[in-house]
Amino acid sequence: MIPAATPLLSVQGLKVHYAVRQGWRGKHFAVRAVDGVDLTLRAGECLGLVGESGCGKSSIAQALLGLVPATAGVIRLDGHEITGAAQVSAMALARSAQMVFQDPMSSLNPRQTIREILSAPLRLHGMTDRAEREARVAEMLGLVGMSPEVASRYPHEFSGGQRQRLCIARALILRPKLVICDEPVSALDVSIRAQIINLLLDLKDKLGLALLLISHDLGVVEHMSDRIAVMYLGRIVEEGGWREIFTAPSHPYTRALISAIPDPLHRDRVPARLGGEIPSPMAPPEGCAFNPRCPQALPQCQSGQVPDFTRLGADHQARCHLLKTGTSHA
Amino acid sequence: MTKAVLDVRNLAISLSDGAVRVPAVEGVDFTINRGEVFGLVGESGCGKSLCALALAGLLKAPMAVSGGQILLEGRDLAPLPPREMRRLRGDKVSMIFQEPMTALNPLMTVGDQIGEMFVLHRGLTPRAARLKAIEALEQVQVSSPERRINAYPHQLSGGMRQRVMIAIALACDPALLIADEPTTALDVTIQAEIVELVLELCRAKGTAVMMISHDLGLVARVCNRVAVMYAGQIVEQRSAEEIFTAPAHPYTRGLINALPRLGRRLERGQERLTEIGGVVPAIRDFPQGCRFAPRCTRATAECRAAPVAMTDLNEGGRVRCLHHV
Ligand SMILES: Nc1ncnc2c1ncn2[C@@H]1O[C@H](COP(=O)(O)OP(=O)(O)OP(=O)(O)O)[C@@H](O)[C@H]1O
Ligand SMILES: Nc1ncnc2c1ncn2[C@@H]1O[C@H](COP(=O)(O)OP(=O)(O)OP(=O)(O)O)[C@@H](O)[C@H]1O
Ligand code: SF4
Ligand code: SF4
Ligand SMILES: [Mg+2]
Ligand SMILES: [Mg+2]
Repeated sequence: MIPAATPLLSVQGLKVHYAVRQGWRGKHFAVRAVDGVDLTLRAGECLGLVGESGCGKSSIAQALLGLVPATAGVIRLDGHEITGAAQVSAMALARSAQMVFQDPMSSLNPRQTIREILSAPLRLHGMTDRAEREARVAEMLGLVGMSPEVASRYPHEFSGGQRQRLCIARALILRPKLVICDEPVSALDVSIRAQIINLLLDLKDKLGLALLLISHDLGVVEHMSDRIAVMYLGRIVEEGGWREIFTAPSHPYTRALISAIPDPLHRDRVPARLGGEIPSPMAPPEGCAFNPRCPQALPQCQSGQVPDFTRLGADHQARCHLLKTGTSHA
Repeated sequence: MTKAVLDVRNLAISLSDGAVRVPAVEGVDFTINRGEVFGLVGESGCGKSLCALALAGLLKAPMAVSGGQILLEGRDLAPLPPREMRRLRGDKVSMIFQEPMTALNPLMTVGDQIGEMFVLHRGLTPRAARLKAIEALEQVQVSSPERRINAYPHQLSGGMRQRVMIAIALACDPALLIADEPTTALDVTIQAEIVELVLELCRAKGTAVMMISHDLGLVARVCNRVAVMYAGQIVEQRSAEEIFTAPAHPYTRGLINALPRLGRRLERGQERLTEIGGVVPAIRDFPQGCRFAPRCTRATAECRAAPVAMTDLNEGGRVRCLHHV
């Protein structure tokens, strides 16, 4: 038997909890930002991660990069375990995974030239030969569609889209296998957004780059992702191929999410309004976390355990009691 | 008397560089009526935020209003000194910013920041203001508000911070609310709810809203009228129904073509998005004639010769183009 290719990234049972205090000298509360998440991502694949504001998307990204500690769970990146006792150094991690942030201005040091910004990680990782560094900087600039001459300029001399290209060049300069993009285009306008999306997809094809794409813009997510994971309050509630998620959304939250997408050419499209209060990760509701807002909630949704995943297809599953009742014998 | 809450006439904003004044925004005209939602869209750097800041009296040197009038309920704000503007801000005019992290004070709890509005503009005691702050957070659907008022901005998610901003902005029922990219940080269901919520609160009070956004879908849905800006000028101003379905200006058409449209991948596969070639000119390099000419596929010599004026469209609205569709 041929062993199935090991995924580039595998995350099992990831939890990220933060301790916060009520008032000064007050009681401590745990914010269960990420509460048991499994993810896999293969080389050359784009996984879209969507979900409500505050559901824990950025916390996952930060845990993957070692920027916040994982409370529990195992993260394996490129065959190495990067959580817990086996924690690797930030240096080694940087070679495998890099991040592109939402705001391209605040993530570039205004006092450094583009050359300094791009070659710093190379120097840090032991590329001592200046000519070699220069060559890599020029190569990366070319890759993101900018001329090598820009290396001597400063960040403020570039437009928002150009700066985001520079951030992408910096993220790619150590040739990582995974790039995490947390809202990479939401600060950009429509036409620059198109450039960056085209660029990321080109690089994914050319370099076999894996992308973890976090975005609230479902138009972008649909366009770019191979697979999509939908999160709600610290957990994944549905995941599947992009086609399944957009044509056969099965979890009531995913359906609400998709019906809420605004489209300029369909002005009358009124999103389904979810009632109910947005729950807090400090006090997640009992049962299915979505139950206070779910238009189809059943009595059994309001207590007990979080619903398990129901398999809906080869690569499609969702956590909802409604799905179980129909397919419980499958 | 007009029912326009806001009447902006021939607004100009310039950058002063020593003795030289470089115009950044020119000839901007629009009105917003009571209870109306007016959308302002356009490429990054075209001057949307400058307009917003001018309306709120928040322009900072080297930028300043260099011409025109900003009539809020009939009173011209353009010549008011900063001290006067500070008194109006949060009371008559409020603003929700693009980046909540930079607009919120990192060293103050959100409760104190909301409460401050009531202390400043309504003369409440800190104790009464605190109760109002909890109410205001409840209004924007922040869960456990009595706990959240003790939180500092960095302890909240992006979306939560934006709600706090909204609570601050609406605390004193302003006549004009300026929302600069109010919901980029929010997921679409919350976006819909928040925008709906803001608009409901505004509609009930007759608040005029100016909404700046790169999210054309959102703008189409919630705005009555929309203006498209390019390089410091309004280039098209129409009703929200027409501007997206029958755009007249080549730039507006380009914007709509560049959108990753939902459902298109299912129909046609993952094709490349249509970019608008070229870049927006910097304010020092605005072309002589039509400012879009270097990037426009319909440009002629006539377009490049002299500045292009706004003209009326037969079907209503205005456009700044010699060869519009
Ligand atoms: N350092 C921190 N201390 C305490 N709570 C935190 C901290 N960082 C995040 N949180 C909380 O954890 C939860 C998840 O936050 P996170 O930033 O991961 O959400 P998100 O899904 O990225 O949201 P958004 O879409 O708004 O960016 C939120 O409730 C947030 O308030
Ligand atoms: N203090 C300043 N000094 C010099 N130029 C400035 C200053 N503030 C703004 N500008 C320039 O004025 C132009 C308009 O800026 P503005 O912030 O209004 O753009 P915008 O339309 O809001 O863009 P975005 O969509 O990216 O927010 C830009 O070209 C910007 O670089
Ligand atoms: S489990 Fe119940 S509450 Fe949760 S999504 Fe399904 S129907 Fe709604
Ligand atoms: S005036 Fe000419 S250059 Fe300008 S947008 Fe119209 S056709 Fe294009
Ligand atoms: Mg986030
Ligand atoms: Mg702006």
